[in-house]
Amino acid sequence: MPLSFHIVVCGSLVPDPLQTLEVSVGPAGPGLKNELMMPAVLDPWASHALYEAAHLAAQFPGSKVWLVSLSPKAKLQQVMMTVAQKVPFELIALDGSASGFTDATETALALSEAIQSIPGLDRSKLLLFGGWESASRGAGVTLQIVGEQLGLLDQFQGVDELTVDADGSLRVLERLEGGQQQVSVCEGPPALLGWATGSLPEPRNNPQIGMANMRTVMPALQRAKPTATTITDFSSITLPEQRRTTRIVKDWSADQVAEDIVAWLGSPPQNP
Amino acid sequence: MSSDSSAPPTDERLTFEADIVCVGFGPATGGFLTTLSRQLLNPDGTPAIESPSAPGLPLQVMCYERSDDLGFGVSGAVTRGRSIRATFPDIDPTTIPLAAEVASEKLVYLLDPIGASRRPATLRATDKLIRWLPKMFRAEHQAVELPWTPSFFHKTDGLVLSIGQFNQWVASQLLGTAQLWPGVPVAEALIEGDAVVGVRLMDQGTDKEGKPESGFMPGMDVRAALTVVGDGPVGAVGRQLDREFGVPEGHSEHDWAVGMKMVVELPEGVDLPPGAVIHTFGYPEPEIFGFLYAHPDRIASLGVFVPSSFRDPARTAYRTMQNWMLHPYLWRYLKGGRLRSWGAKSLQESGRRGEPLLAGNGYARIGEGSGSTNVLTGSGVDEAWMTGVLLAEGVVELMQAGEPFTQENLDRAYVRKRRESWIETEGRVAARARDGFQRGVIPGLLGMALAGSTRGRLAVPAKPNQPLPTLEEYYQGKINQADIERIREECYSSGIALHDALMDQAGWPAVRYDGQLLMSHQDALLLGGKVQAAPGYADHVVFVAPEVCEKCATKVCIELCSGQAITPGPTGVPLFDREKCIHCGVCLWNCAHTEAASHELGNIAFKAGAGGLHSAEN
Repeated sequence: MPLSFHIVVCGSLVPDPLQTLEVSVGPAGPGLKNELMMPAVLDPWASHALYEAAHLAAQFPGSKVWLVSLSPKAKLQQVMMTVAQKVPFELIALDGSASGFTDATETALALSEAIQSIPGLDRSKLLLFGGWESASRGAGVTLQIVGEQLGLLDQFQGVDELTVDADGSLRVLERLEGGQQQVSVCEGPPALLGWATGSLPEPRNNPQIGMANMRTVMPALQRAKPTATTITDFSSITLPEQRRTTRIVKDWSADQVAEDIVAWLGSPPQNP
Repeated sequence: MSSDSSAPPTDERLTFEADIVCVGFGPATGGFLTTLSRQLLNPDGTPAIESPSAPGLPLQVMCYERSDDLGFGVSGAVTRGRSIRATFPDIDPTTIPLAAEVASEKLVYLLDPIGASRRPATLRATDKLIRWLPKMFRAEHQAVELPWTPSFFHKTDGLVLSIGQFNQWVASQLLGTAQLWPGVPVAEALIEGDAVVGVRLMDQGTDKEGKPESGFMPGMDVRAALTVVGDGPVGAVGRQLDREFGVPEGHSEHDWAVGMKMVVELPEGVDLPPGAVIHTFGYPEPEIFGFLYAHPDRIASLGVFVPSSFRDPARTAYRTMQNWMLHPYLWRYLKGGRLRSWGAKSLQESGRRGEPLLAGNGYARIGEGSGSTNVLTGSGVDEAWMTGVLLAEGVVELMQAGEPFTQENLDRAYVRKRRESWIETEGRVAARARDGFQRGVIPGLLGMALAGSTRGRLAVPAKPNQPLPTLEEYYQGKINQADIERIREECYSSGIALHDALMDQAGWPAVRYDGQLLMSHQDALLLGGKVQAAPGYADHVVFVAPEVCEKCATKVCIELCSGQAITPGPTGVPLFDREKCIHCGVCLWNCAHTEAASHELGNIAFKAGAGGLHSAEN
């Protein structure tokens, strides 16, 4: 029987990283100032995982990709208009908070329940993908807890590359501290891979893929289960001091750019 | 459906069959899709109108939007919102971010506190009189709040909106009824014989000239019985239809403006209640109109309109806006504020006279690009939304009757409704209202008052279009020819526009950046506009006849470019940098060479393109 995978990608929404973010405390607890107005994107870490999942599925016919997301339904609908054009997947939507202040364990429990309820999901083919970090949840533990709930013993974090060997075993390139990497091999699924950046570029918008995905995205959004999670508090927060000097230079080499940045870092701050 | 849409990407051009395809998602398309979507399904969820292209399914409605997300690249507005309220009778502004009921309206004449403004003698005399008798005129902060404004100008019971947030709110109401695809530019309409049969999406994986490179993916053809064109005043598809099918007799689109704005978080303690509306005129140049709309939570949209009647060949919106913000009347609100968002867009100010053919075989046009903007009342959103509503009503009538979307049927079902609507009545009143501005500010203001008070029967007559003056002519008496030539040489050799150096020389004080609200143009792009340009698309700004640019000494395209995306080039042909372009379309109507035969407005073609602003707060 040819090798194939059932790849489940966990990914939530975060404010578009291009926006200026500021923590504030509202009636519902901590959040981001003007969060409602900000455009949202699929968490960039999870996006890498999704693109890698689609790439892997394309190499092994018969494979399938699900995207499981706990996010506010209206925002998720909006983000799907773009994400659904990127790669083929089936959406499993949970309607709830995507805040960085939600309790990671509750989020993970909701996600693992949703994954266990996916019809036809074959555990012997299961690869659980996600970001090893999150642009809104810096602790990066949610995916690990989802894996524990699902009983996945082979867990890899900071993954940059996955190779499937001829015998079906998985060869995983992981990041270690100090800029080093290690290669691990496991027998095969089920396994959890928390992706770093991977190596794939963001796919182009493809309306053809979008229309195919929309056949499942819209029904998934309409039946998205309301999911309550606890918003945790924080005791203090400090943002790094910012220095900004903008110049537009188009025709420098990478070395020139690097030299200029080093010189700028060593220069005294200028008054605006 | 004629293609397997689950198939992987291919380098062959695919075709998809839909029923209705919309170009652009703005207020007009929002009105169209909202009205249409309410008629698509029965209460039990079965199709009320069955899809001819996919029998058994509801009508297949696709909408393609160029910008990276819905609500990007638009602007804040104050609107009476009559049509929006008719569509949403129970609308609650508190459920729409940045929305507020209009609370107060002021029209303010700004004196020139610097002395650098080019004011005609009548305005200089007026200013002197006001300064001699400040109590009589109730002048404060170098400004006079007019005690009375004509009723046509009022937005009573209206709404202050961020159109970006409003568009997103509208899109969220359309769940499951229409497919909205942002980040997908439409390259052109598909035309067969005398009919539009759909659209072609833009090719991806090309070089700047549109030639295929690695990863080439031809844009899909989306064929539909009806193509709804709502791509705004500078939209590539609308302009293509003008070229292909012609324009009505008397059609004119010579009056334009660029609106440049910021969304600002006002400093604590500023007493501007949500819904406060301030319009200004008189400064920094008499032709410049300004606006400040207060949103909830101490946020304001503010900026200036730079019209085509402003004859400075080095006209710029960014520095003009900064000079305007620093006027004492406004700076008392803004000092200590912080930029949240920034942007600009072109406004078609010819209104009813810029109306193209509204419908033809297989297509209909709605929104600002269909000439719906009212140039007397300064209103466009209300009218645009209404055009969409009227088209949707006509489309439903035709589909229920099983009639095709021929020109004759669309004329009857849509165009006739427009002719019978308040858009037409009010548009005709406004048609000549701005003509006086071609003679100057005072005749312009008089013309608006005349047209408004006589229901359009009287107006100050227009002047035949004149080419812009040269820099030497415009700055005569302010900057001598030798200095202009020096500035030209220095700036062009540095690859920058002339306007900052010219304004410095003409007496405008340098703007001291505070890094929060006053900042360089490029910082506004990066901090406020977050301008993006995905690779793999052709350039959308093209200098058609390079030899015309090489000889041109009045490169208005460089000066007024909202993103500094057009800069001087070594051969005389300007350079275009797509990574800075915000798709405002200003270059389209700011070529000094209207004689260039290859384009109706000048030597610049403004084609379909991808990317642009990345903020939904505008």
